[in-house]
Amino acid sequence: MFDNLTGRLSQVIRELRGQARLTEDNIAAALREVRMALLEADVALPVVRDFIEHVRLRSLGEEIKTSLSPGQVLIRNVRDELIALMGAANVTLNLNTPPPAVILMAGLQGAGKTTTVAKLGNWLKQQHHKKVMTVSCDVYRPAAIEQLRLLAHANGLEFFSSSANQAPVDIVTAALGQARKQFMDVLIVDSAGRLHIDADMMAEIRQLHDILQPSDTLFIVDSMQGQDAVNSAQAFATALPLTGVILTKTDGDARGGAALSVRQVTGKPIIFMGMGEKVDALVPFHPERVASRILGMGDVLSLIEVVEQKTDLQQAEKLAKKIKKGSGFDLVDFREQLRQMQNMGGLNSLLDKLPGMGQIPAAAMNQVNDRELIKLGAMIDSMTERERRFPDVINGSRKKRIATGSGTQVQDINRLLKQFKQMQKMMKRMSKKGGLANMMRGLSGNLPRGYRP
Amino acid sequence: MFGLNKNSTTEENQTGMLARLRQGLAKTRSKLFSGIESLIGTKRAIDPALLEEIEARLLMADIGVAATARIIEALSSAMRRHELNDMDQLLDTLKARMVELLEPVTRPLLIPDDTAKPFVILVIGVNGSGKTTTIGKMTSYFQDQGHSVLLAAGDTFRAAAIEQIQHWGETTRVPVIAQQSGADSAAVIFDALQSARAHAIDLVIADTAGRLHNKNNLMQELSKIRRIITKFDPSLPVEVLLVLDAGTGQNALSQAQQFNEVINITGLVLTKLDGTARGGVVFSIAHTLNIPIRFIGVGEKLQDLRPFQAEDFVTALLDIRE
Ligand SMILES: Nc1nc2c(ncn2[C@@H]2O[C@H](COP(=O)(O)OP(=O)(O)OP(=O)(O)O)[C@@H](O)[C@H]2O)c(=O)[nH]1
Ligand SMILES: Nc1nc2c(ncn2[C@@H]2O[C@H](COP(=O)(O)OP(=O)(O)O)[C@@H](O)[C@H]2O)c(=O)[nH]1
Ligand SMILES: [Mg+2]
Ligand SMILES: [Mg+2]
Repeated sequence: MFDNLTGRLSQVIRELRGQARLTEDNIAAALREVRMALLEADVALPVVRDFIEHVRLRSLGEEIKTSLSPGQVLIRNVRDELIALMGAANVTLNLNTPPPAVILMAGLQGAGKTTTVAKLGNWLKQQHHKKVMTVSCDVYRPAAIEQLRLLAHANGLEFFSSSANQAPVDIVTAALGQARKQFMDVLIVDSAGRLHIDADMMAEIRQLHDILQPSDTLFIVDSMQGQDAVNSAQAFATALPLTGVILTKTDGDARGGAALSVRQVTGKPIIFMGMGEKVDALVPFHPERVASRILGMGDVLSLIEVVEQKTDLQQAEKLAKKIKKGSGFDLVDFREQLRQMQNMGGLNSLLDKLPGMGQIPAAAMNQVNDRELIKLGAMIDSMTERERRFPDVINGSRKKRIATGSGTQVQDINRLLKQFKQMQKMMKRMSKKGGLANMMRGLSGNLPRGYRP
Repeated sequence: MFGLNKNSTTEENQTGMLARLRQGLAKTRSKLFSGIESLIGTKRAIDPALLEEIEARLLMADIGVAATARIIEALSSAMRRHELNDMDQLLDTLKARMVELLEPVTRPLLIPDDTAKPFVILVIGVNGSGKTTTIGKMTSYFQDQGHSVLLAAGDTFRAAAIEQIQHWGETTRVPVIAQQSGADSAAVIFDALQSARAHAIDLVIADTAGRLHNKNNLMQELSKIRRIITKFDPSLPVEVLLVLDAGTGQNALSQAQQFNEVINITGLVLTKLDGTARGGVVFSIAHTLNIPIRFIGVGEKLQDLRPFQAEDFVTALLDIRE
């Protein structure tokens, strides 16, 4: 699904090449793909419709600057719009209130409320040195109170005892009194999971809210949620004055379209994301990360821009021709490639943007780190033109000279020459199978003609 | 109104699956989601615009882009053949087509009495999907059929998971085999099998910790559990039951696929259908994996479990009423 979408979009981008402005006609196909992508990512249909309409209106008539294709402009609009709608990063809790600041958790069954109470408590304690008390008023699910008690104790958080035969309103009233008495900075209140259509339970949480007057009322939502996320979010947002949203279980492989649905429907910021079952698995919300994931393309979109803007097209074309003709890839070409990579923000930033690159082991990444690139560049710069064109002439004494000139060791020069040989071989192989060209085309869909086999 | 379910007003059906499913919908009807009847309107022409609205309805029930396209294609080809002359025919065709897709996976879970004992139900799924609650409900369900049951507290990871299943053991008065928190889950389940055999118990239901399907180490733990069961007695009948939250979107397919790769799933349970989520993703799961759907969960109480029935499920999904 992942590859399909990337493939389909690059196809659309290719088809749109060479047009002067965005029109109803030339964006229709691309918008269809985007619509499908959003639905496959579980963005709720009404939200998808609004979104597509937004992007369409924004894009129509837009003039295309020479360096970009219409497809790119459109896809970039999609991405920008998505990030804008996801809301800002770095929104945080409203802790600047007279203590105790009260945080009320609300959400469906199994969303991750109790776990998030512990995570938040831990975060407040570790990062903000707050004195945190927790309390559970989940008198319904078996062992729910015990679950919070164990989590609180394991993490050195104050725990206000309650029991399943008490009324939730009584529990929170007593807890609030105790938090004041003990001069707590924060009181986090866990509530039972409830369906948004359960009128009694929704009335109950409204009542809890009235008593607690929380500085934050958070809606906890499972990132694997589907279309129904709009319904529950809407009902919770109507029943309670929510202040924010926490997205849980983002350590899974769901595309997380619910994030956009919930954000749209509640209008409230997503503040944190849960990334695991352990207490420290809570991270501030990253709009770009979630946006790219919804589109399912790593950061391919921003890579499109980087490659397009920074690649020296003439150079690339020249190189491609050369490789194709079978005349050797020499150190001058290698130097040129290094320069371009550095221009694009270095190898690591480029690799970061490729989907699936997260899985590359750290050790492998280190072999291609940017310092290495700079070093390689320095070595080549210390060579004579003849050495660059015909690396075979580089003998022992030349190596010594180059090493001294570039502030490196002879074994560095040896390694460079070895790497270069490998690269040369790889280039030959790729020019035959069209490997590199295919890869680059897959990424952007519109690299210079010369890159294609 | 559309001639569907004319015979579903009997006493029995009122407490059945459909009645319980409808209860959720009847409580509050979101403005975004109204039943298919409201978008159709009796005098409306049967045209492509109508198909588009039906398509929207299917998408909003989490049926997914591909499966929705398959269903709509079937409808529009019937339309091209002029088989859909009025609303009744359209709805009948739509419903029949959808029921047909789920018929192959409508196979209830039966405990045979001529196999080695105990019958084992291993309950797995992602975090918070409803595994432990479903275990409580199944205990009561199979007790009603006359089986003796024993529970294994195989979730040794989540805080108070053991206390949670022990609660269900107490309410249903069945033994719960547990070790301390953090113990080896496979060892707990092995213990439970031994105890069940020693006491000639019919059915062992084993809980496991919720785990996300993309976590390799946690998934390996499941295959270990599965191996231990075989090691105890290779002839034991084992049901591996994947519990899915009906609110889950397209990710449920990925869940089913990846759990199935590691540990052969033999049945599904769809929980939380008492809400407004319709669990339409089971159409793609049925299409790609053909795993029987055994039960649906319609609430948090012991009695809120129903055997899955394709027709009622589809009727509730489309929200068609008499
Ligand atoms: N409304 C409703 N809630 C349900 C249903 N099934 C389970 N729940 C609730 O969903 C929540 C999670 O259920 P659990 O049974 O603890 O889920 P689990 O899969 O065992 O969770 P973990 O062990 O924490 O992974 C609880 O609050 C249950 O009461 C159902 O059919 N309907
Ligand atoms: N993998 C993962 N599991 C989580 C996350 N947050 C909560 N959980 C798990 O989801 C399940 C339900 O969480 P819980 O806090 O009990 O949910 P509640 O019913 O809303 O209180 C538990 O098994 C938690 O361990 C998360 O961010 N990632
Ligand atoms: Mg809880
Ligand atoms: Mg459980």
